[in-house]
Amino acid sequence: MNLNEWAFVGIFLAIAGILPAVPILLGWLLGPRKPNPIKTDTYECGIETVGDTWVQFKVQYYIFALVFVIFDVEMLFLFPWAVAYQRLDLFAFVAMTIFILLLTIDLFILWRKGALEWT
Amino acid sequence: MVKDALIQAGMNIGWATFIDLLLGVIVAASFGMVWVLLGIWIERKWAGRFQNRIGPNRVGPYGSIQSVADALKLLTKEVIIPRNADRPVYFLAPVLVVASVILIAAVIPFSPVVIGTDLSIGILYVMAVSSIGAIGIMMAGWGSNNKYALLGAFRVVAQLISYEVPTVLSAMIPVMIAGTLSMQGLVHGQHVWFIVSAPVAAVLFFIASQAELGRAPFDLLEAESELVAGFNIEYSGMAFAMFYLAEFMHSFFVAILFSVLFLGGWRGPGAEQIPFLGIVYLFIKSILVYFVSVWLRLTVPRVRIDQLLNLNWKFLVPLAMIYVIFMAFVLKIAPVPDLSGAQAIAAGPYEGVASGIYRLLGPDFVATLPQAGVLLLANVLFVVVAAAVLREVSRRRRMRVEDLVDETDYSGAGGAGGYTPADHSETAAAR
Repeated sequence: MNLNEWAFVGIFLAIAGILPAVPILLGWLLGPRKPNPIKTDTYECGIETVGDTWVQFKVQYYIFALVFVIFDVEMLFLFPWAVAYQRLDLFAFVAMTIFILLLTIDLFILWRKGALEWT
Repeated sequence: MVKDALIQAGMNIGWATFIDLLLGVIVAASFGMVWVLLGIWIERKWAGRFQNRIGPNRVGPYGSIQSVADALKLLTKEVIIPRNADRPVYFLAPVLVVASVILIAAVIPFSPVVIGTDLSIGILYVMAVSSIGAIGIMMAGWGSNNKYALLGAFRVVAQLISYEVPTVLSAMIPVMIAGTLSMQGLVHGQHVWFIVSAPVAAVLFFIASQAELGRAPFDLLEAESELVAGFNIEYSGMAFAMFYLAEFMHSFFVAILFSVLFLGGWRGPGAEQIPFLGIVYLFIKSILVYFVSVWLRLTVPRVRIDQLLNLNWKFLVPLAMIYVIFMAFVLKIAPVPDLSGAQAIAAGPYEGVASGIYRLLGPDFVATLPQAGVLLLANVLFVVVAAAVLREVSRRRRMRVEDLVDETDYSGAGGAGGYTPADHSETAAAR
């Protein structure tokens, strides 16, 4: 039973990949194909693009990703607790409160440090 | 059904199971694609009415097959591949974005019996699968080798992953009350709709999921006025249509998800007996939610990227975290009632008013009502306290900014640059 559920997801994965791939392939087959140097140029508001696009980029985005990882891991721990919550005793509540409060303090430290500013 | 028929026709059990599963998969997966053809027309009609025009009305009755015509037109358009693009990444991106949305359909409970597969970790699966879309958009931006596309993609990563935190935290409240992650379990656990027992979670989920969709007012990933078209700037023809399709499909699936989590899913009078009614109820609820999201999209102007991230990290995330603790506390005081007693009263031999009410409204509903009432009161209290705190915080911030104005005015540093309202946020943050 359980295996069948996941077999369903497995087949779904394949179909979900095929469904969008088919129209793109069809469009590529049915549509005209007349590339020329000007048409296939990188678009940039009427001027030629200057320099490489694949350069090292602002670190700001990276910090947001790091902050996200902290809270994503937090949620990973929270889900089993949430599912079993009705059956848990008061200790589980107190423990999780301390855990979430620690992370809330974490968030406020990041806030004070300016990690959440978009500059 | 299909499986039994195939086995009787003399087929190997393994193959029969496979074909049975495959048919289910194809029905569930193509549901979204078919729905979009109608959904885009509905949304364009609404958009037309909101903007005081008629909307599509040429192809078919009331323009209803406009989307089909559009799809056919896009098929005959050239797929222009930029010379500098990274081809495998460039073509894999739209496939990945659409696949991540279609995969959600696997666990949507349309009625008590109609569901792709009722995974025991249903809601977690939905969250996991829909976050693949961010990778797809990142690939589109990177693979196009275009500066606008790359900027758009970077914004998406910041936006989509940020808003995933409040989305998941608010989806945790229904999980806590129902005590399960399975989508059917969440619907079965909703004797009183969770929008009544946890309205704050519902609002948080709605706002955060709109931002995760990347639609107006949170459509920064393709902000036309700043980034021309954002990550999909170099896409044309069918490859572009796939991004469009994914966005529409996702917005409807999020409406369905909201209905399942907070509006009782397929629940309604008679839905348990007649499975088809369940589908109708779910669609009515989802379309209502979808209407609200389209309404929001068409009336609210776009927010700035720093405002967007501030709203998330400095408001929604702390609020959601404190709310989870708060709801855990309230649930310890008012736990989910044991329903066997109520069912006994309804089924038992007693006559009288109590028994009659239990039978009329359903024993589970009546028995859960007091607890839902307590939760609702607690939520109102939470909103009042949160609003008071917010008011105090913003009052202090305003006063600090006003102090600053006084300093610069009286220091007499002769034309040291005027104070402009745009400085508000920066000066306040710097302090």
